[in-house]
Amino acid sequence: MSTANTDLRLQWRQIKDRLARYIVAVGGIGVIMAIVLIFVYLLYIVMPLFSSASIEEVAEYPLPEQSGKTLYLAMEEQAEIAIRVTDQGQVQFLQTTTGKPLKTIQLPLPKDSTITSFAEGAAESAVLAVGLSNGQALVFKHHFEVSFPNNKRELTPVIEYPLGEEALLLDWGRHPLQTLAVQVDEETATLVTITDDQRLMLTSLSKEESIMEDEASWSEAETTVIAQTHKDISFILLDKNQRNLYLANAAGELSFYDVSDKSEPLLVQHIFLLEGHNKLRSLQLLAGDISLLAGDAQGTVTQWFPVQDEEGRRILRRIRAFSDFNHPLTVIAPEHTRKGFLAVDESGVAGLFHTTSENTLLLKRITDRPILKAAMAPRANAMLLQDAQRLYFYTIDNEHPEVSMKALWGKVWYESYPEPDYIWQSSSASNDFEPKLSLVPISYGTIKAAFYAMLFAIPLAVMGAIFTAQFMSPKMRKLVKPSIEVMEALPTVILGFLAGLWLAPFMEANLPGIFSILLIMPMGLLLFAYFWQQLPDRIRHSVPDGWEAALLIPVVIGLVYFCVAMSPILEDSFFGGDMPGWLRNEMGINYDQRNSLVVGLAMGFAVIPTIFSIAEDAIFAVPKHLVQGSLALGATPWQTMIRVVLLTASPGIFSAIMIGMGRAVGETMIVLMATGNTPVMDFSIFEGMRTLSANIAVEMPESEVNSTHYRVLFLAAVVLFAFTFIFNTAAEVVRQRLRERYSNL
Amino acid sequence: MNSFSKWLKSGQPWIWLNAGAVTISLLMVIGLVLLIAVRGLAYFWPADVMLADYLYKGETSRVLGEITDSEDVNLERLRDSGFDIESEQEHLIRYLVKTGNRDVSGADFRVILKPMLKDVSYPPDVMVVERREWGNFYGFLKAVKKDGEIIAEGEEAQNIFQQRLDAALDVFEQISTIRKHDIGAINYNMERLRLRERRLELDGDTDPARQAEIIKDKKALDEEYKLLQAKLATLTKKIQRDSLVMETVDGKRVEINMGKVVHAYFPNAMSVLDKLGFYFTKLWEFVSDEPREANTEGGIFPAIFGTVMMVLLMAILVTPFGVVAAVYLREYAKQGLVIRLIRIAVNNLAGVPSIVYGIFGLGFFVYFLGGNIDALFFPEAAPAPVFGTPGILWSSLTLALLTLPVVIVATEEGLSRIPRSIREGSLALGATKAETLWRTVLPMASPAMMTGLILAVARAAGEVAPLMLVGVVKLAPSLPLDANFPFLHMERKFMHLGFHIYDVGFQSPNVEAARPLVYATSLLLIIVIVLLNLFAIRIRNRLRENYRMLEN
Repeated sequence: MSTANTDLRLQWRQIKDRLARYIVAVGGIGVIMAIVLIFVYLLYIVMPLFSSASIEEVAEYPLPEQSGKTLYLAMEEQAEIAIRVTDQGQVQFLQTTTGKPLKTIQLPLPKDSTITSFAEGAAESAVLAVGLSNGQALVFKHHFEVSFPNNKRELTPVIEYPLGEEALLLDWGRHPLQTLAVQVDEETATLVTITDDQRLMLTSLSKEESIMEDEASWSEAETTVIAQTHKDISFILLDKNQRNLYLANAAGELSFYDVSDKSEPLLVQHIFLLEGHNKLRSLQLLAGDISLLAGDAQGTVTQWFPVQDEEGRRILRRIRAFSDFNHPLTVIAPEHTRKGFLAVDESGVAGLFHTTSENTLLLKRITDRPILKAAMAPRANAMLLQDAQRLYFYTIDNEHPEVSMKALWGKVWYESYPEPDYIWQSSSASNDFEPKLSLVPISYGTIKAAFYAMLFAIPLAVMGAIFTAQFMSPKMRKLVKPSIEVMEALPTVILGFLAGLWLAPFMEANLPGIFSILLIMPMGLLLFAYFWQQLPDRIRHSVPDGWEAALLIPVVIGLVYFCVAMSPILEDSFFGGDMPGWLRNEMGINYDQRNSLVVGLAMGFAVIPTIFSIAEDAIFAVPKHLVQGSLALGATPWQTMIRVVLLTASPGIFSAIMIGMGRAVGETMIVLMATGNTPVMDFSIFEGMRTLSANIAVEMPESEVNSTHYRVLFLAAVVLFAFTFIFNTAAEVVRQRLRERYSNL
Repeated sequence: MNSFSKWLKSGQPWIWLNAGAVTISLLMVIGLVLLIAVRGLAYFWPADVMLADYLYKGETSRVLGEITDSEDVNLERLRDSGFDIESEQEHLIRYLVKTGNRDVSGADFRVILKPMLKDVSYPPDVMVVERREWGNFYGFLKAVKKDGEIIAEGEEAQNIFQQRLDAALDVFEQISTIRKHDIGAINYNMERLRLRERRLELDGDTDPARQAEIIKDKKALDEEYKLLQAKLATLTKKIQRDSLVMETVDGKRVEINMGKVVHAYFPNAMSVLDKLGFYFTKLWEFVSDEPREANTEGGIFPAIFGTVMMVLLMAILVTPFGVVAAVYLREYAKQGLVIRLIRIAVNNLAGVPSIVYGIFGLGFFVYFLGGNIDALFFPEAAPAPVFGTPGILWSSLTLALLTLPVVIVATEEGLSRIPRSIREGSLALGATKAETLWRTVLPMASPAMMTGLILAVARAAGEVAPLMLVGVVKLAPSLPLDANFPFLHMERKFMHLGFHIYDVGFQSPNVEAARPLVYATSLLLIIVIVLLNLFAIRIRNRLRENYRMLEN
């Protein structure tokens, strides 16, 4: 009975043992996996940034019969309905996934007139215009009314005539309009046209509030003849602000007009976009209407935008080129909100590109025939292409075109900037803003902050460690070491707060004093030490060996007080009473109140305990027989220190510095609070910076989940992780070696 | 000279310089703590209020206020900052005077030059009124009103106001209890009912009995609410009955409703003992009260509560996981290259910047885990997130992850120090491995675990950067622990001392007025961290004492 019971108990104990083993193993491995998960998850979020675009064919169908040639192709917001305008004046609405015609509207063209030209306004306004053979132009726009019959979303296409259903007479001479451009916004409308007798004319209208009518009405059209050209202009582009006008002919000769003043257009520049026997095939404005994209017969797309030259004039410059096609280009279709575009060529190849990142995201053959028309969906998630007979509908997966290695780490020439530069500016109010996602300025800021912190921390911490470990009396060491180590537990938010709100103003007020401390402190300490040495032995011996540091307390306080008290006097006599002002005016050095010096001091303060503690341990652990041997051979204590102790402990000190460096690189709150957080690239000690960590803290809460910005911030975290990983691993490896060396001694 | 160069050669100067480095480091620590302590503690002291004439640009104005800061400033700089003055002296003393009366004069502070002050006096009848809105009021008490009628004037008013104020404060207490506690509970239950109703709707449950029950409950709550509203109305009427009639230094009369007054006192007439008493009242208020005026006045109780609670939750989460991982690494895993690599990785993670954990917490815990939990368990709350938004649970989890390496490393260290003989002895006596671990090894390693936990807690309490992403807010409407079922609300956002410092010091519209409070909060945070450390160190020492005999 009892044996059975014991057996049972034994079994139960064994089960428990095995159970414990499994639980611990599962738990332990789980925890380790969780730690690994951090890194994996960071990478998982970052990876999609570097994937290129992909497209998928949804449908392919023939063009509607007997409808004429396509003038215009577009899609509505959801890419469910396509809009096609033909040269017979038909506006067709097709279902993109099947090609089924949903509705066809005939434009109210005047009798006996035919369409001779076509123009499209800014994509978001959906304004279009046709130029007619009788010198008139009809402006219209498409939009979709949303209704929810039976709880199902339904779109009804509508054509509106913003300037009235009647065609507008542009040319009183009634010549056919050969080329046309249009822009209509809330306030003004502008049409630019060239007649078949080569007169370039600008017509503008503005909205007038009238007291009698409820609605504002358009004013009479005013037409100005700008020039008589002989260049056979085939492209006219007008930006959406109706200020810049670009005219180009097939040879690539471009005239750039400033039409801010509609009655007095100004020729700004006349240049050639192409070289040699090349032909211009397509000219388009990139989203935002700042850049021009020119596609040519050699398959190259070039980007141009106005840049200020030395004399302050805005001159078109060639910024970058994409030469991925081998055949003449046919169409360029820019995205509506981002700086990307779709380009197609005569051999049936389509490509997706992004200008800022210089990314060629995709090149794919769609058909064997030349692609004649192409449309990009407003959300850039679908495209519609047309060759001579058929339409091709593709969905696009292209989430993060604006990121490439070059955009993140290289100099990029951003729109409206005078030259390529490193810029971090992730967001702005406007919709078609060009995100500037260079990680260089913030990485630079990180290194700069860490550098100044280490400049301050290393001498103090290492020298302090040397004295504490080797020369200090054990009694005092027991007191000093923990109190410096207490600093490590000090929340950095407190240091940041003091640095930003106390130290920064204090420093601004006492700048000469602060700098004189650097000079006077070591000299004062040495002078005191020398005089102390000269004192009679009786007094000298009253302070036992190893208590020098305590003796210096009043000296240090006195010196600091002296320097601060002297600061106004120095300032008055050398810097006109205002050193920051003097720096600014006399030296041309910009002085921020929250600058690198403040950060260096505060963050140095934060890393001193880390470095001190590890370095002190390393020095203290140097075997005592080495020290005693050296002393016995007649070396002075300092010689022993330098030649024996420091040499033996140097890997430990190196490892301490590395760990301190890692901490300085990753510190967030101090930099957040003690700098102005402007991402500038300047090594000046009197200017602030923005670091990787502060950047994450500032921008992360506002970032939309899974947007490019969100992922780039994760990338910043990965970079930070990599920085600290390098420093920590270096420290770890060195420490392992050190351990081996000690075990040999 | 010879002796000097000889001395230089001896290396002695270097030793002295090194000694100087220690002294500087030490003095910086002490100086920092002293600076915070002095400024933080001075915040509660009822300083004397100065009355003076101020002559500037030929005009004389009267100034009444506390001098909060004085600075010796160069004439040139003063002119740069907008002062239009002539003086023979090159340096002038510039005062920052807290004049209060933001509602009357538009600003709390005045910058004043000392040489331009005339007839400085400290009249005993200056009264400081601490208000719930608009900051302090400095002036002279003229009368006490009741229902718009003056009931006491002059000397008499000074005697009677305290009694009236006490009554008003009592009523205020009642009002805030009803508002916070009773009405808060009703609102909470109402919301729960709404969610239950929505849940039933989503599940397609049309059981009339349940619907009726919900309607009945709603009705009951409505009734209760009406009752409380009525009660509140009478109390509000009562508190608005009395008011103080004050006169500013410019002779402007201002009426202050008693319901808006927190304290009213005559600082210049107070003895040191009175002031001391007042000091401690204010100190107590600071740690036990709710914040006012966008956190720049009043107490910081919710922040203290939030910090302690978050740290406790973190400690509960991190200890078992850390210990299990350490036990696995040291006791069960086969020691080899993989384990060595893992160990280096774990060591390395202790140095990973906290913001990296923060961004991970936001992405993984909040958006991924939280979002999925919401979709699975709380469909009724959509589109409002429950766990899919930063909160205290995610904060403690993130910090647990952040401090995990610390606990693992410390525990492993402890485990490795236990002599083999003890393990072998236990095994030889027939104990299984699990029993050996549970009965002998772990108890002996407990001081080491405690050390790890101490370090973890100390780090977590002061950490702010990751919390800014995963759960801390400027002002949380309710504490994460209250009397409403299920009492512990893990999804709620919370306030934190460290974030409070950052927020009030850098994001508040009135930094000048809030600065002393930030010093006080900093001091408190330092004290909390030191106390947590000391508490844990005591436990560790006691455990160490208990197992010392075994170790020998």
